[in-house]
Amino acid sequence: MSGALALVPPWARLVLATALVVALVLILRLPTAGAPDPRLLLLLAIWLGAWAANAWLVAAFPGRRTGALAAVIFGATLIGLWELATRLYEVPRVILPPPSMIGARLVASTELLWIDVVQTFFKGALAGFAIGTGAAILFALIVDRFDFLRRGLLPVGNFLAALPIIGTAPIMVMWFGFDWPSKAAVVVAMVFFPMLVNTVQGLAATEAMQRDLMRTWSASWLQTLLALRLPAAMPFIFNGLKIAATLSLIGAIVAEFFGSPTRGMGFRISTEVGRLQLDMVWAEIAVAALVGSTFYGFWALLERRVTFWHPSQRGR
Amino acid sequence: MRNLLPVLTVAVALILAWYVAVVPMNAQWERDQAARAGTEIGFSELVARTMAQDRPRLPAPHQVVAELWQSTWVEERHGRRGWWNTGTLSNRSLVWHGWVTLSATMLGFVIGTGLGVMLAVGIVYNRAMDASVMPWAIASQTIPIIALAPMIIVVLNSVGITGLIPKAIIAAYLSFFPVVVGMVKGLRAPDAMQLDQMKTWNASGLQGFLKLRLPSSMPYFFASMKIGIAASLVGTIVGELPVQQGGLGVRLLSGSYYGQTVQIWAALFAAAILAATLVGIIGAIQRATLRRMGLAP
Repeated sequence: MSGALALVPPWARLVLATALVVALVLILRLPTAGAPDPRLLLLLAIWLGAWAANAWLVAAFPGRRTGALAAVIFGATLIGLWELATRLYEVPRVILPPPSMIGARLVASTELLWIDVVQTFFKGALAGFAIGTGAAILFALIVDRFDFLRRGLLPVGNFLAALPIIGTAPIMVMWFGFDWPSKAAVVVAMVFFPMLVNTVQGLAATEAMQRDLMRTWSASWLQTLLALRLPAAMPFIFNGLKIAATLSLIGAIVAEFFGSPTRGMGFRISTEVGRLQLDMVWAEIAVAALVGSTFYGFWALLERRVTFWHPSQRGR
Repeated sequence: MRNLLPVLTVAVALILAWYVAVVPMNAQWERDQAARAGTEIGFSELVARTMAQDRPRLPAPHQVVAELWQSTWVEERHGRRGWWNTGTLSNRSLVWHGWVTLSATMLGFVIGTGLGVMLAVGIVYNRAMDASVMPWAIASQTIPIIALAPMIIVVLNSVGITGLIPKAIIAAYLSFFPVVVGMVKGLRAPDAMQLDQMKTWNASGLQGFLKLRLPSSMPYFFASMKIGIAASLVGTIVGELPVQQGGLGVRLLSGSYYGQTVQIWAALFAAAILAATLVGIIGAIQRATLRRMGLAP
């Protein structure tokens, strides 16, 4: 048995095993259900074929480029199967629209989607992100000067960062009204503590020897900060910025579920779900994914430019 | 223990700042009331009144604590529908709403963590899976997948699946991706030297997994579980918004509909206490496990 298995190249073993299991299930089902459903067989064949292609690719051409190609093939296969399955089984559009319909909606309502992006991302999330992270960095500089404050704020900040701060959304809507300031306020509350904790940790990342060296050069606090401590803190600061980037869009969208003017991504999602216009909902989610990963990617790229000296960024 | 005094100081300072903020936040309404009644209002009286409004813009901390007490112990012990009088939890108490949220969170978290660990094992042991699935798992961390929540609830509702399951699904997929990414990192934590050592001992693949990879993944596992359970709780709360069948999310939303600010704050604190307890429990298990494994003091 193991000898026979050794003959099969390793990349094909998983495919073979899956095919065996599928065959077994089909055979066991046969007496009760009659002939196997050809639609299911088609979908399974595509899935196994794509998987085998991927496995062969990765085994035959190891490397980063092949990895990226495999990921693209995997994603394309999933979308293709989604399209085919919804059409073959005639899934009602109010449950799961096919990707082509979502794409058509995406193209047809570009204007509306752009209005939502401006309202939610550029006004709500971005304003909150800028205020929240900026305030956190400034506050971290103050906290850093007093050891007592740092020892007290770090555990409290860590604790607050784990809480469901998004629940403050109804309160912020009450205080700042339906429009984007309330969303920005929620984002500020969400990003402040993760950013603060990261920056304070980063400012403590220099060694005593390095700080002593700055002192022997009689560098002022500001000079030490600019020349030594801020650069050393950059990996931590960018980590905080990346966390804040993800949180800001989540906060802005969810805050709109608690009340918003008649535009915005969260508003559109909740109302179109109510009208069962699921293609619009999926289009909005696709846009949210695009905006979210772009915003995150921006900070990741900037991080690579700024902290090129850090071990985690070298050797790429 | 060295940090106890600073932490307490910061906590007291936060509460004091809150009390100070209550006065200007609520003063306008009191002044309007006084102007309407044609009377002047002194500063001390103003302060006293802003602390005891029915629907304050910002309730004072003691009002929130009182509401928490009122809607848990008092409601269950003395309420007409309370547990003491009827044997079932009152649907007006935070205990019941908290339980609705907690049960969905836990079910989803267990499912999400289990599936996440399984996928992580697959990714670590299968190169094709690593190349195809891992980039998507990482990318999913950067997008607001919580935006899917209302749709999942409404669609599952329309096909007749209601109650616990839809919320648990949202909680599961929110905890799923952090666990996958953390566990892959953890299972890959052993370096080449250690893997070679296992090979020189002629350890089988299963032994290598159970005795080297799994133990060394534990710190990562607990760290990602802490993130995962917090995400699960947020997912459940958001999942409770579209279909109002109890839960802390419903308390938040209904409080904002009817302007019951004290109720919102009490629900918010209940959610915070729940999150802190869950993260604390995982932290305690983490400390106990790592200590037994000799990884922590």
